[in-house]
Amino acid sequence: MAKYLLLKHYRGAPAPVNNVPMDQWKPDEVEAHIRFMNDFATRLEGSGEFIDGQALSPDGVWVRYDGEGRAPVTDGPFAETKDLIAGWMVIDVDSYERAIELAGELSAAPGAGGRPIYEWLEVRPFMAAPSNFCH
Amino acid sequence: MDDVELRELVPRVLSVLVRRGADFATAEDAVQEALIRALSAWRSAPPADPAGWLITVSWRAFLDLTRSEAARRDREVRFDTEPPAGAIPSDDDTLRLYFMCAHPDLSSSSAVALTLRAVGGLSTRQIAQAYLVPERTMAQRISRAKRVVSGTGVDRPGDVGTVMRVLYLVFNEGYSGDVDLAAEAIRLTRQLAALVDEPEVHGLLALMLLHHARRRSRTGPDGRIVPLAEQDRGQWDAGLIAEGIVITHAALARDQLGEYQTQAAIAALHADAPRVEDTDWVQIVEWYDELLRFADTPIVRLNRAVAVGEADGALAGLAALAEVDDLVPRREAVAAYLHEKNGDLDLAARLYADAARNAPNLAERDHQTRQAARLNQQRQHQ
Repeated sequence: MAKYLLLKHYRGAPAPVNNVPMDQWKPDEVEAHIRFMNDFATRLEGSGEFIDGQALSPDGVWVRYDGEGRAPVTDGPFAETKDLIAGWMVIDVDSYERAIELAGELSAAPGAGGRPIYEWLEVRPFMAAPSNFCH
Repeated sequence: MDDVELRELVPRVLSVLVRRGADFATAEDAVQEALIRALSAWRSAPPADPAGWLITVSWRAFLDLTRSEAARRDREVRFDTEPPAGAIPSDDDTLRLYFMCAHPDLSSSSAVALTLRAVGGLSTRQIAQAYLVPERTMAQRISRAKRVVSGTGVDRPGDVGTVMRVLYLVFNEGYSGDVDLAAEAIRLTRQLAALVDEPEVHGLLALMLLHHARRRSRTGPDGRIVPLAEQDRGQWDAGLIAEGIVITHAALARDQLGEYQTQAAIAALHADAPRVEDTDWVQIVEWYDELLRFADTPIVRLNRAVAVGEADGALAGLAALAEVDDLVPRREAVAAYLHEKNGDLDLAARLYADAARNAPNLAERDHQTRQAARLNQQRQHQ
């Protein structure tokens, strides 16, 4: 088994094919999307492949240390050009192919007009724990 | 005896141990140990005197823990195996336990965790699950909290105000894991109200009961938010509402108004309306004006603006909203609602979309997105 992170972006990913802001969708299209997302996580729980899913608020700032006895410096809110993560799902699957297959399914969540969004998702393998054979 | 009845004995048992001279941190571990033993031993043979059984077993567990601790430090310490006389717990002891767990030196997350364990009798695992943190993290939080309380707690315990704040935090956490934190908060507040006869404590209990009564109708089967105006009032728990209203009236009659009683009065007015259009908004606005005297916060002002919008119309509501801090969460949602009520659908739809973007959780984001989509569709059909 290997763990993968599926990352969804508010900004920074290539534009999806069906690119309409969600508040412009029809109410039943919104419903269909929300149902799809809920069902997707439930299905992966059922298949024993779901680890965690979280959503992030679009707010955020950069922070860095500013020397002894000084408060940390913050810079924000983020510039409009910054790549911005919206949320993630962690899955534990048998193969890279399975991770890609699931990300593809998630990318096909229904959007405006009931058509798939074709959203770009980022798939990142976790660094695994060192294997016993290595040393 | 079920799990809750068993846990009801915890603060009494723990305060007996502390009164007998046991240090708080070890005594608390001993009581948890006894609870675990009770769960298995009582299934086959429940004792005639459950509290007595727990006190005896906890005391032995305390002695074992102390002995092994002493042995570990390679020190010769002798303890009497028989407990000292005068071990009957008093209400004051139990109350002191509440105060210790809500000690002002504790952060609120620590006070919450310690209260749930030492007063509520929940296990570390249950508390960790309820707050979605790893069990080890919660164990550390609790043992640090116990060290703080053991060190300074006895001289300068918290007061009933800090206890109420902690219980209200627990209540508002809602539900995850196998423990219903709202029900647990109500149980502990009931226990507190039996120990301290102060109108504010009764006000807090009433407030919790009145909110809890509406719980089933607040979310749909798929977890969606159902706003107050659209809730199926047939699903409200009439028994809890009746009890909440009686407690509210009795507290208010004592003429020592406070923040929780005022909020309970507002909740009672909502609960009392058979249909949303029967809501006495004028009186609700008056209670919000009272509430501002105790807690002049942007959130109270925001809620007041909603009530003003219902009592005196959308424009009056918008005027009240103009005085509310721009940065308060959910302000856009309230603005959207009032502008929609005022007939400005374009602006309202834009504000709902903003509210969705800035929503603090997914259920609210979905809800505000649905509102925006509904209005956008309505505009196209005009």
